[in-house]
Amino acid sequence: MRIRGGRVIDPANGIDEIRDVFIDAGKIVEAAEGEVIDATGKIVAPGLIDMHVHLREPGRTDKETIETGTRCAARGGFTSVVCMPNTQPPADNAGTIALIRQRSEAAGCVNVFPTGAISKELKGEELAPIGSLKRAGVVAITDDGHCVQNNELMRRAVEYARMFELPVLDHCQDYNLVADGVVNEGYWSAALGLRGWPASGEDVIVARNILLAELTDWHVHCQHVSSARSVELIREAKARGVKISAEACPHHFTLTEECLKTYDTNFKMNPPLRAARDREALLAGLADGTIEIIASDHAPHCAYEKEVEFDLAPFGIIGLETELALSLELVRQKILALPQLIEKFTVHPARLLRLNKGTLGTGADADVTIIDPDAEWTYDITRSASRSRNSPFHGWTLRGKAVTTIVAGTVVWKETTA
Amino acid sequence: MNPPAWKHKHLLGIQELSPDEINVVLDTAAAFKEVGERPIKKVPSLRGKTMVNLFIEPSTRTRTSFELAAKRLSADVININTQASSFAKGETLKDTALNLQALNADIIVIRHSAAGTPHFLSRFLRASVINAGDGAHEHPTQALLDAFTIREKKGRIAGLNVTILGDILYSRVARSNIWLLTKLGANVTLAGPSTLVPRVFEQFGCRVTHDIEVAIRDADVINLLRIQHKRQRKTMFPSIGEYAAMFGLNKERFARTKPDALIMHPGPINRGVEIDSDVADCSRSVILEQVTNGLAVRMAVLFLCAGGKHED
Repeated sequence: MRIRGGRVIDPANGIDEIRDVFIDAGKIVEAAEGEVIDATGKIVAPGLIDMHVHLREPGRTDKETIETGTRCAARGGFTSVVCMPNTQPPADNAGTIALIRQRSEAAGCVNVFPTGAISKELKGEELAPIGSLKRAGVVAITDDGHCVQNNELMRRAVEYARMFELPVLDHCQDYNLVADGVVNEGYWSAALGLRGWPASGEDVIVARNILLAELTDWHVHCQHVSSARSVELIREAKARGVKISAEACPHHFTLTEECLKTYDTNFKMNPPLRAARDREALLAGLADGTIEIIASDHAPHCAYEKEVEFDLAPFGIIGLETELALSLELVRQKILALPQLIEKFTVHPARLLRLNKGTLGTGADADVTIIDPDAEWTYDITRSASRSRNSPFHGWTLRGKAVTTIVAGTVVWKETTA
Repeated sequence: MNPPAWKHKHLLGIQELSPDEINVVLDTAAAFKEVGERPIKKVPSLRGKTMVNLFIEPSTRTRTSFELAAKRLSADVININTQASSFAKGETLKDTALNLQALNADIIVIRHSAAGTPHFLSRFLRASVINAGDGAHEHPTQALLDAFTIREKKGRIAGLNVTILGDILYSRVARSNIWLLTKLGANVTLAGPSTLVPRVFEQFGCRVTHDIEVAIRDADVINLLRIQHKRQRKTMFPSIGEYAAMFGLNKERFARTKPDALIMHPGPINRGVEIDSDVADCSRSVILEQVTNGLAVRMAVLFLCAGGKHED
């Protein structure tokens, strides 16, 4: 296969130029015959990685399956996803990991990298069998959706995971401070009478993680960072060489808490949408590299689960299909150069999770995303590949999308209307 | 025969109302209050209409007031409370509401512990949705009856100093009063412990103080809110005893209020906690008149929202 005439942006190899990319037998090669894909006017990038998705399998296949979740990923331009362990049963044992890998092999159209739990049943009480999880193939451990409150247990988890070179991903939420909060604490929680989830409930765990990363000299990654103070804490710690990193989600850097004023449960997520100054801090953190990674926190929920009183609705939105377009907005607003954006979807998550992905170097797996950066389109949730419909971006006019997604040399998504 | 300034099918909150619309409710309520003083207290305005009191949170006075208001307008009334509802069987609120609509209910009065529930219902129901209190968000008929009472006693609302004292953070009564009073030009002071009266409320155009003396000194109206220790997180203040000592309107403090200051309370009152028993019963206390006025205000709201054709 030959991908002809595109602007190849391959940050892993320092490439940003018009050239051809060749694929043979599922690998990137120097030259090849066969099918030609014209990428003139398009961007050709290493297959994008989303390191934070919920595929809901096993257990909640009414919300999403590995098949439908990976189809969302392919449409969104993602050739690899990292799935969270809060399935039913939770991925706190090698058997569940084996099942996820088997189902991914059979039904997934992109690469699925599972994570394992930090603690048994995600309860934050006892360590999960992290060594067995590693052997079963996890790329990281996390209690995502939950947060280990016991600092000593967290310290041991990080210390223990270091032996297996597994980074620890943390959903940063102090349960006492957050209590029953459902939206950011501030002007809008006060006006709407909704219970507040203060940013300090995130910051205090980010600070805890920085201290434990220092203590253990091992890597803690803060998931879906949403507050200004968290960005500052991470920036300062990184400057000191602490093994800490962070990701941001498109909804947090696109929207603010003001969206909540209609009580639409599609704006209810955890951590919550925050104030305008938090959003600005995320943009600054993305720009200066404090936040190295962009991830969706794709969290499908059934329509009937979201169509309830605000307090009762589950947290989370789907995001794989809108993520790239919302992130390309950062380039149009000159917050990031295009290669910097591509890095946050490729080299950076690959490096953190030690994935052999995120590069178009010769011999690499032929995972490629071809992007039309300016294509204007309207997100129609009724046509989503997801089993769920919980997106606040339904009806939005977006710019930029993946027109072709290639996994190991096979086209898994191709825009047909283009 | 709707007054031209009213075009709402639902009453979701005070925030959605303009000052003119608030005055339309108060003026309409004045006419209905007169009806309540006649020997025959019933008018045919909502004859043939059905109102459902859907109360997913315990309430006696608000439910009774709505029920009586509807009956005085000749509407048929059905009461649904948490115990009798199908919630124990796992039905969603949306399904319950759609079932009521299938029975051709014209008005659904909703009380719920979750903020925004009336807004949620109004998005899919054809019936008029009347908010009878949604979590800590709004309790619009309470604010309207408070305003009616103030206007009746003081002749105006603009320029008055109104102090709301107590648990502001978790209070829907406080929020609806804040929106209403600021829209009509009153000066609103919020007072109580710093944990229950956070500074963020200054952004709504209110003065925030934690000094009870400052709060009551210049007040033309003192509206006391019910304090409950158990219902809140226990960390908000040490004890009911300490609250009463620091913020209760006792006789000594009452003596330092303006001689014509009105004492109000949405009820039910905790004698000896937020209000001294004698103060609750004194001549400046309008607590029971609030209850009477509540009936007239709710008649006005039901009549305006469900008595004719509406755009929204």
